[in-house]
Amino acid sequence: MSTEVAPEPVRSRRFKFNWVDGFLWFLRVAALIAIVVGVVGSIQQFADGEGPSAAAWRDLIVSSISTGSMYGLIALGYSMVYGVLGFINFAHGEVFMSGTMVGLISATMLFENGFWDSNPWISILVVLVVAMITSTLVAVAIERVAYRPLRGAPRLIPLITSIGVSFFVQYSFAGLFGVAIRNYPPAPSQLSGNVDILGIPIAGTRLLVIGVAVVSMIGLWYFVTQTKTGSAMRAVAEDKEIAGLMGIDVDKTIVTTFAVGGAMAGVAGLLWALLFRGVDFLTGFLPGIKAFTAAVLGGIGNMPGAMLGGVLLGLFEGVGPQLVLAGLGIPAVSQLKDAVAFAALVLVLIFRPTGLLGERLGSEDRV
Amino acid sequence: MNKKRSLRFLAVIGVLSLVVAACGDSGAEFEAGELGAVTVEAGEAIQIRSLNAISGEVAFLGIPNERAIRMAVEDYGQIHGHDVEVGAGLDDLCSAEGGQQAAQTIVSDEQVVGVIGTSCSGAASGAMPIINDAGLAMISASNTSPSLTSDLEGTAGENYYEGYYRTAHNDLFQGQAAANFVFNNLGLTKVGLIHDGDPYTNGLTTAFENAFEELGGEIVIHTAVTVGQTDMVPVLTEVAAAGPELIFMPIFPAEATFIVQQAPGVSGLENVEWMGADGISVENFMNLPESEGMYFSGPDTRFAENTNEATDLNGAQFLEDYESEFGEAPSADFWGHAYDATTMLLMAIEEVAVVDGDTIHIDRAELREYLTGISGFNGLIGEISCDEYGDCGAAVISIFQHNNLADHQASKSNILYTYPES
Repeated sequence: MSTEVAPEPVRSRRFKFNWVDGFLWFLRVAALIAIVVGVVGSIQQFADGEGPSAAAWRDLIVSSISTGSMYGLIALGYSMVYGVLGFINFAHGEVFMSGTMVGLISATMLFENGFWDSNPWISILVVLVVAMITSTLVAVAIERVAYRPLRGAPRLIPLITSIGVSFFVQYSFAGLFGVAIRNYPPAPSQLSGNVDILGIPIAGTRLLVIGVAVVSMIGLWYFVTQTKTGSAMRAVAEDKEIAGLMGIDVDKTIVTTFAVGGAMAGVAGLLWALLFRGVDFLTGFLPGIKAFTAAVLGGIGNMPGAMLGGVLLGLFEGVGPQLVLAGLGIPAVSQLKDAVAFAALVLVLIFRPTGLLGERLGSEDRV
Repeated sequence: MNKKRSLRFLAVIGVLSLVVAACGDSGAEFEAGELGAVTVEAGEAIQIRSLNAISGEVAFLGIPNERAIRMAVEDYGQIHGHDVEVGAGLDDLCSAEGGQQAAQTIVSDEQVVGVIGTSCSGAASGAMPIINDAGLAMISASNTSPSLTSDLEGTAGENYYEGYYRTAHNDLFQGQAAANFVFNNLGLTKVGLIHDGDPYTNGLTTAFENAFEELGGEIVIHTAVTVGQTDMVPVLTEVAAAGPELIFMPIFPAEATFIVQQAPGVSGLENVEWMGADGISVENFMNLPESEGMYFSGPDTRFAENTNEATDLNGAQFLEDYESEFGEAPSADFWGHAYDATTMLLMAIEEVAVVDGDTIHIDRAELREYLTGISGFNGLIGEISCDEYGDCGAAVISIFQHNNLADHQASKSNILYTYPES
């Protein structure tokens, strides 16, 4: 008797149907099918000589990667602060904006006296340094004034504060610079042409953007993994209390984290100027949201994840509509750019709830 | 039984009101119409309002409108011994929400008789429901979306409300003009359209599409950007893939700037012609080297010889006054429309006002009726006649090619086509 009864509960548990899980599986399968059908459709169109030409696809992919690497650099700031303090610093988009806006002053001055065209590399370096210094100072000032007094408070409080800080910075810049869009001078002529990489012509500015992003990322990786300050940052991210007991100055390390995040946002500010030229006081908002998305996509708190998430988000929103939706026969797909980017985030999180490379959380968050 | 009694009651009321009305005619007593009336006491000013896009990126459009309104009020002078007051200029923010909020502010003051605005069609769609409910009249100088009035064939647009008038053209005219020009004069048959979702931009691209297809041309793509978008490479790739010979983008400077700056980086757009409309034929956009060679459609502003019959001012004098007062030329093309709209409103107030000693009464329903009935009024923009859906513009559209980066006025005089063709 007992041997016959025993399998019953096991079987019923195995076949118990959970509607939520079922729906999620349905969603996963439907998304995969839609993507595969869309991509196949686009390839079919390409083979038939419809849709974008090979050169247009190349331009689209390169431009998406360059936009994405800019997102990645901003995302680093979100991710690092989250890793150390466990809250989302929504004012980080404004740190980025302050870098571009102040960089604009130096760029305009260099352009007006002709230095921009005669010495483009030095000029870009000057703008880069100005943007980095500004963003770093703004980030550190925000930490000192708005977040440090709230160090012991529940995490929602600095989060709300960061939204307030964000508005404060935006409208301070609106007051200082006016509300009109202002344009960076056009990229120096040496950069405006195409550069051949392995026989493929690639727009010079895009290449420079990708190059600067890669170099910054390598520099940051070196800083975090190979230097003493970097180890201190990782230790504080792991466990503030123990790090403090080990003789690490926690407050100083947190300032360093903000400063490094700010510097990366400053670099992104230069990349924005090279890519889009136009800046105003609201420039930081959308890239900030996108970069936050990128950080979550890659796994929040995870630095390589932030960079990967940025590049992928750039590709999703740039190439995604054309590759997947156009293949499904939807007209005028580029209007759905942002929808595709955020849908991609949802899809990735359905498959991998902790982001692509996994979250890195401090000891308090792991509980 | 019940019905009968209420009918009888109504009849009695009707007879009584007739009697009262008859008595009212003989006496000096003023009777307000169904929309109510504004009474301006002795020594008080008549209140009208300006509602324009005076901040942000579209301020280039709203600021000259507001200035022209103030100039018109000043030129017109007193009405039956009362000053006219515009008050602080309200901001429509060039959005439906902005229009709605400003309209709430306007209707909360019961002394307001009429409004000159909005600058943007989108803002009008937000403001008009409120303005109409309060019984006010609003005359716009620069709204051009067909949805705000009618299709010019007797069907009201989806955003049409009574009490709405405009001196600007209906974009069905402009769409037709642009389509004629591209098809007949340039001889191109494949066009790509880019709008930004706003009733103005979307209305104009749709008008173009209908007119162009009627002529026998093909719209290869009709797509949109979003306001505030900066990365235009994806949308341009999509447009390039469709293979247009000309891209018509009647949008605003911010997005148009990003488009023309990023277009050289997109393969397949090398030989495409570009065309914009009155939203971007402005100083900051025309300063871009990339905008050279572009075509622009817009209201014909050769108003120098036209005289506004209410103030006896002609277009040339207006521009002279404007420059001496503000130190610059108007930054958009609707100054004449704004000036005329204001004088029309003031004239209507003067005509319908019932003078009662030092007090005047302005009946709202009669004011609207008067405006609807305006016909053959000579303004800066030409002869103005209103139709039953509030389209009053003396629509003449011209298309010019921007061929002189240094001197925009020279470019604007380089007119290649005028519609209606005379």
